[in-house]
Amino acid sequence: MVEKTLEKSWEQLNQLLESYRCTKGSMIPVLQQAQEIFGYLPKDVLIKISKELDVAISQVFGVVTFYSQFHLEPRGKNIIRSCQGTACHVRGAKAVLDAIRERLGLKDGQITTPDNEFTIETVACIGACGLAPCLMINDDTHGRLTAESVAPMIDKYYNNKK
Amino acid sequence: MALVRAHILICTGTGCTASGAKDVLAKFEQELKAKKLWDEVSVVETGCHGFCEAGPLVIIYPEGTFYTRVKVEDVAEIVDEHILKGRVVSRLLFKEPMTSQKVPNYSDIAFYKKQHRLVLGNCGHINPDSIEEYIGAEGYEGLAKAVLTMTPEQVVEEMKKTGLRGRGGGGFPTGMKWMFCAKSPGPKKYVICNADEGDPGAFMDRSLLEGDPHAILEGMAICAYAIGADEGYIYCRAEYPLAIKRLKQAITQAEEAGLLGKNIFGKDFSFTLHIKEGAGAFVCGEETALMASIEGGRGMPRPRPPFPAVKGLWDKPTNINNVETFANVPYIFRVGAEEYAKLGTEKSKGTKVFALTGKINNTGLAEVPMGISMREIIFDIGGGIMDGKKFKAVQIGGPSGGCIPEQLLDTPVDYDSLIAAGAMMGSGGLVVMDEGTCMVDVAKFFLNFTQSESCGKCTPCREGTKRMLEMLIDITEGRGKEGDIEKLERLAKSIKAGALCALGQTAPNPVLSTLRYFRDEYEAHIYEKRCPANVCTAFIGYKITDKCVGCGLCKTVCPVDAISGEPKGKHTIDPEKCIKCGACMVKCPFKAIIRG
Repeated sequence: MVEKTLEKSWEQLNQLLESYRCTKGSMIPVLQQAQEIFGYLPKDVLIKISKELDVAISQVFGVVTFYSQFHLEPRGKNIIRSCQGTACHVRGAKAVLDAIRERLGLKDGQITTPDNEFTIETVACIGACGLAPCLMINDDTHGRLTAESVAPMIDKYYNNKK
Repeated sequence: MALVRAHILICTGTGCTASGAKDVLAKFEQELKAKKLWDEVSVVETGCHGFCEAGPLVIIYPEGTFYTRVKVEDVAEIVDEHILKGRVVSRLLFKEPMTSQKVPNYSDIAFYKKQHRLVLGNCGHINPDSIEEYIGAEGYEGLAKAVLTMTPEQVVEEMKKTGLRGRGGGGFPTGMKWMFCAKSPGPKKYVICNADEGDPGAFMDRSLLEGDPHAILEGMAICAYAIGADEGYIYCRAEYPLAIKRLKQAITQAEEAGLLGKNIFGKDFSFTLHIKEGAGAFVCGEETALMASIEGGRGMPRPRPPFPAVKGLWDKPTNINNVETFANVPYIFRVGAEEYAKLGTEKSKGTKVFALTGKINNTGLAEVPMGISMREIIFDIGGGIMDGKKFKAVQIGGPSGGCIPEQLLDTPVDYDSLIAAGAMMGSGGLVVMDEGTCMVDVAKFFLNFTQSESCGKCTPCREGTKRMLEMLIDITEGRGKEGDIEKLERLAKSIKAGALCALGQTAPNPVLSTLRYFRDEYEAHIYEKRCPANVCTAFIGYKITDKCVGCGLCKTVCPVDAISGEPKGKHTIDPEKCIKCGACMVKCPFKAIIRG
C-alpha cells in the first residue's frame, strides 16, 4: 500500500517537472508543490529536481534551507503554526505555546509528535493580530486563545483524522 | 438584479472566519430560507472591516446596524427581531470601551468615525469575489481614465503631483520611482507588488488583499501603463491563503472582462499578472531580495545601485511598490492628484492605514489622514488602554521602528516627524504597551526576530545583531554589567552604518529608541537587578498573601514541590526551589499568589 502511494507521488512529481520545463524562476514553486506531494522534501526528490531543472544540487539545498517553509524531515499530519508576533507576544503567546507543547507531550527540541499526528512550529506573524494570541492549524486560523482553551481545540484535530 | 429590502453583510476575512463567521453565514441562509425571506433579503460575504477583535461582524443595511461577536445561536434572534419586526437586538451592539455606551450604527462608532477610509473604503462593503461589485463602486474607472485619456508621461506626472510616498516603510516618493523606471530604456519591464507583509503586528495588506483585491490589480495596471511594462508579479506570503485565493480569482475575472491581458480597452497596452507565493523569509520584503526569490534563488539582498528601476527582475527595469501604495492609485486617478494632495501634511500626503494591536481596547485597522496625532489614534479611535491600565509607549514600524513614549503622544504622525522622534512609519504597525510591559524585553523580542531573520550575507547584520541579542539576554537574565549600555549603543551605530540592506540598517532601532526614552529601565536591570515592570522572570518571585485559605491547589500543580503548608493553613513558597513558572498563580482560585 505504502509503496503504491509512493509510486504515485513520483508520477505526480514527473508531471510537475514536465509542466515547469523551460519556465524561468520555477525552483521555488516546484519545491513548494513537491513538498505538497511528499509532505516533505526527501533527498531523492531534491536530486531529481536538481537534474530536471539543471541546477546544481548545492543550489537546490541552499534554497531549501534558506526558506522556513521547506522541510527536510517528515512532518505531522496536522501542522500547528503558533504565532509569536509582537501583538501575540504582549498578550501571552508564550503561555499558549507551552500549553500546546505540554498537551502534545513534546520534549525539548521536539517539534513532531511520535505518532506523526502533529508538528508544531512558531511563526513571526500570521496577520490576525486582532485575535491575539492566535495560531493556525493547517489552513484554519484560531484566535483569542488561552492556555486553558487551546488543549481541547487541538483534541478536535486528533479526532478529525485526515 | 432583483431588488431586496435589506442586505446582511457578513465579514468572512481571516479574523472573522477564525471566530466562526462561516457558520454564522450558513445559519443566516438556513434561517432566511426557513422563514421564506430569502427573496427579499440578500446575504453578502464581504472582506475585512479591520475590526477583527469584535468579530464575527454582521452589518444590516439599509439601517447600517453593526452587530459584533455574532454567534450561530444569535442568528435566529436577529432574523426574528431585526429583519421581521424591525427591532434592533441591543445586546449584540458594540459597546464603546471609554463610555460603555452602546452604539447601533456603524458610522457612529468612534473607531470608524474619526477614520478617513479611502484605501479601505471598499473593504467590508463590497463582495471581494465579485468584479461587478468592484466596478459598481467606481472600480477600474481610474484605469480607464489613465489608458484612454492620458499618455504614460502624463500618468507619471500625475503621480508625482500627488506627493504619494511608498507605504511599505521607506517612504520614497512613488511618482519619482515610476519616473525612473519609465525613463529606463528597454522593451521589457516588470511591475511587482510587494505583498510579503512580514512585520509582526501589521496586517493592513492582508486586509486589503482579502477585502478589495481588484484595487491592487487596477493600481498595478495603471503603473504598468505608465512605465511601459507588460508583465507583473504579486509576491504574496504563503501564510495568507485566503488572500492568494481571492487574488487568483480577481485576476481571472479581470482577464475575462478584458481589464487585464492583451489590448486592454482596445488600446496597444497589454498586461499579464502572475502570483508568486513566498516561502517564509522576512528578508524577502526587501526589494532586491524579493526579486532574487522570484527568480528562484535564495532571497538575499544585493547592493544598490543599480536600483531595480534600472536593473531589476531578470536584469530588466522593474518597479516595486507595496500593496497599500498600489491601493491608493485607483482613487488618485478617479479624483485627480490635486484633490488627493489636499489630504495630509505638506510632505506626507494622503492617508495611512495603521494596524492597532497590543494592549489596546479596539484592536484593528485605522485609516487616518497623515498628520493626525498619535494620541487621537490611540485614545479616540483605539478606545484607550485595556483594563484601565496606564499607557507606557507605542512601538511603531515593527522590528525596524522605534517606540514613542507618553510625552510625545501629540507628535503628528507623518514620515518626517516620526524619524525625528527616533521611530519610523514602517509599514504602519502600532503595538501599544502598558505599564505591565518591560521595554528591555520588547527590545529583546524585536532583536530576536531580526537576528533570526537575518539572511547572513553581510557581517554587520549577521554578527552584530547576534552580539546585541546576547547582551540583551544577559541584561534580562540578571547578568548585565557596567558598560553594557554603552557597548550596545556603539554596536548599534556600527550596524546601522554598515549593513547591506534595510533589515540590518534598521535592526538596532528598537534598542536605540528604548534606550533613548527608557534608559532607566535598562539601568534598573543592570545595576539594581530588578525589572520595573515585573516581566523578566530572573528578577521576580512568587509570594502567597494572607488571602490564602490553604486549599492546597497550588501545592498540587507545583512541578518542583516548592510549596509547603498544612491544609487550611497559609502556604509558603520556597524561593530556592521555585523555578518561577507561575503555574500556582494561574491555579489559585482566591488570587492569593502575587508576583513581585
